[in-house]
Amino acid sequence: MTTKKTILTYTGLGLFGILGPFLFPAYTLSIAYLWMMVLMASTWDILGGQMGYNSLGNITFFGIGMYVSAVVQISVFYPGGVAEYTSAMGSIKPEFSNNQYFTGLYLGILAAGIIAMLFSLVFGSFMFGLRGPYFAIGSLGLAIAAAEITTTIDYVGGASGISMPLFPGDIEFRSVFFYVLCFLITLTAHFLLRWLFSTQFGLAINAIRDDEDKAEAMGIPTRIYKQIGWGITAFFMGAMGAVAGNMAGFIDKEVAYPIPTFGIFMVAMVLLGGKGTLWGPVLGAIIFHVIKETTWTYLLGWQWVALGLILIVNIVYFQQGLMGWLQSRYPEMFGIVVDKTNLQTKEQSKA
Amino acid sequence: MLDNIQLLFVWAPIINVQIILEGIFLGAVFALSAYGLALVWGVMNIKNLAQGDFVIMGGYLSLAFSQYNLSIFLILPLVMIIMFFYGLIVYRLMIRRVIDQDMFTSLLATFGLSLLMQQVMNLIWGPEVQIIDLDFPVYDAFDGFVTIPSIKIISLILAGMLSLGIVLFMKKSRTGQAIRATAQDPRAARVLGIDTDKIYEFTFSLNSAICGAAGVFVSVIWVLQPFYGITYSVRSFAIVTAAGLGNLPAVITAGFGIGLFEKYVGAIIGTAYEVAAPVSMLLIVLVFRQISMKKNRQAVK
Repeated sequence: MTTKKTILTYTGLGLFGILGPFLFPAYTLSIAYLWMMVLMASTWDILGGQMGYNSLGNITFFGIGMYVSAVVQISVFYPGGVAEYTSAMGSIKPEFSNNQYFTGLYLGILAAGIIAMLFSLVFGSFMFGLRGPYFAIGSLGLAIAAAEITTTIDYVGGASGISMPLFPGDIEFRSVFFYVLCFLITLTAHFLLRWLFSTQFGLAINAIRDDEDKAEAMGIPTRIYKQIGWGITAFFMGAMGAVAGNMAGFIDKEVAYPIPTFGIFMVAMVLLGGKGTLWGPVLGAIIFHVIKETTWTYLLGWQWVALGLILIVNIVYFQQGLMGWLQSRYPEMFGIVVDKTNLQTKEQSKA
Repeated sequence: MLDNIQLLFVWAPIINVQIILEGIFLGAVFALSAYGLALVWGVMNIKNLAQGDFVIMGGYLSLAFSQYNLSIFLILPLVMIIMFFYGLIVYRLMIRRVIDQDMFTSLLATFGLSLLMQQVMNLIWGPEVQIIDLDFPVYDAFDGFVTIPSIKIISLILAGMLSLGIVLFMKKSRTGQAIRATAQDPRAARVLGIDTDKIYEFTFSLNSAICGAAGVFVSVIWVLQPFYGITYSVRSFAIVTAAGLGNLPAVITAGFGIGLFEKYVGAIIGTAYEVAAPVSMLLIVLVFRQISMKKNRQAVK
């Protein structure tokens, strides 16, 4: 893409991001969820699109982040400790001062990201020997196992969940505050990925996607690159999980590990937009979110059926995605030089 | 946990008999659905994540028929026929288009199908856990320590006969030979005049019918719930990953193994881990496969 177009796109999206909550105050949280989905799709694309490791279990880190931030937020300023708080099942409502609440929240988000990243290192140590469909099935198993095991830990409330500390301040400020957090995390992730994909890291993970054995033979330390890629994904998913947990106000297994919803939406969004591109996931997430919100409103009760159908149609009939379709249709727009003479001779030889 | 172990092995070892029997009854169902998965996987390289939902759908069909007071010997073939044609429709609409694409596509497409089936079943039959209560006698053994409902024994025998029938069909019949030929080398099979598209279609429908039969057994010996399908899929994947494709004795052994493992985990650690058990089993199998492959510097592909 030429720089002029890039600047235009960024200005447009940036203006929408900043002005969105002021122009459409009723939809602030909906737009916040939009940025969350953009982040999920973009970070899924690190492994799924750029590195060729199709994970169905990135949602694990989302849930881990959510629970870690809950534990940190409660334990930092509540003297009784987490166990007492969770065993009271929400009847304890500790009064945090503004200062305490926000310090706890920021610490929680940071801890969520870092601990999710550490978990990704542990999981990666036994997951990255799997390739292709085995990695996908294995990571799906990981997500289900994590969800089931979380419900049996009484320290974090077990099956009955945790209610998060109350937000100090009125409800409008609350939604704008969480909106800004979502937007900032997504923005940071986007620019980090933009830079990363332009460095040697981007080339290395693309080499892993194209042929891992050859990449290894060429001396690329594939294992380290894979761990770094999943680590970045896990960090942002964990941090976003922390924010989403506070946005929801109450967390349990269904909120923290939404495997059949966000866990699969993020893959669908990337496929809709086109995988292996920087903008594909962003575009796919925006389109998917709009479709989802409209079907949700008009198809009461049948919305899940509609979503399943969209997913199947998208995957079965529309594999290359929007960006892929645009790229093959108008290659010049993407700065891809097509050798016209070569193409003509090919077509002639076909005919 | 320690109490449970003591109970099992010191105070009342007779309870083991009950657990082992339960494990065998369940294992037969798991082995059936895993064999269907291995069939489709081996012949057309489709990894069907909707396998468990086919099972659950068969169970719900059997529930619907049992309301007309039909006997299980009639329900079983009826459900199998309906599921066969359901598989045919799914193949024509969807699977045919993802066969040639990369493996992740089939995985994701069948995951979408799984979500769709779950939701439709949820809308039709509701999210409650349901059971079929057929009037079959229950036998006691060992002073009432072990109870054996005769319906479970009947299901086990039927499952055994069904798998024997499938094995004979694959070995002896012309279609079975064609399926095996296509699994070995689709191109050569096409050259020799086998219509591989028809074979794929038949294989997928057969898998669907096998799942339907497994679903009938689930409905009479266990419980039904629209969202339980994914655990059957995960179990099938664990079994196939451990046993390999096209190795029927190994699939059956692994099926009984995972049934026993689950029942023992449920009895010793607690029923809260009953879903986590098959999933952890899958992860353990995958890790072991990796270790054995790593000796030859290979990855699990």
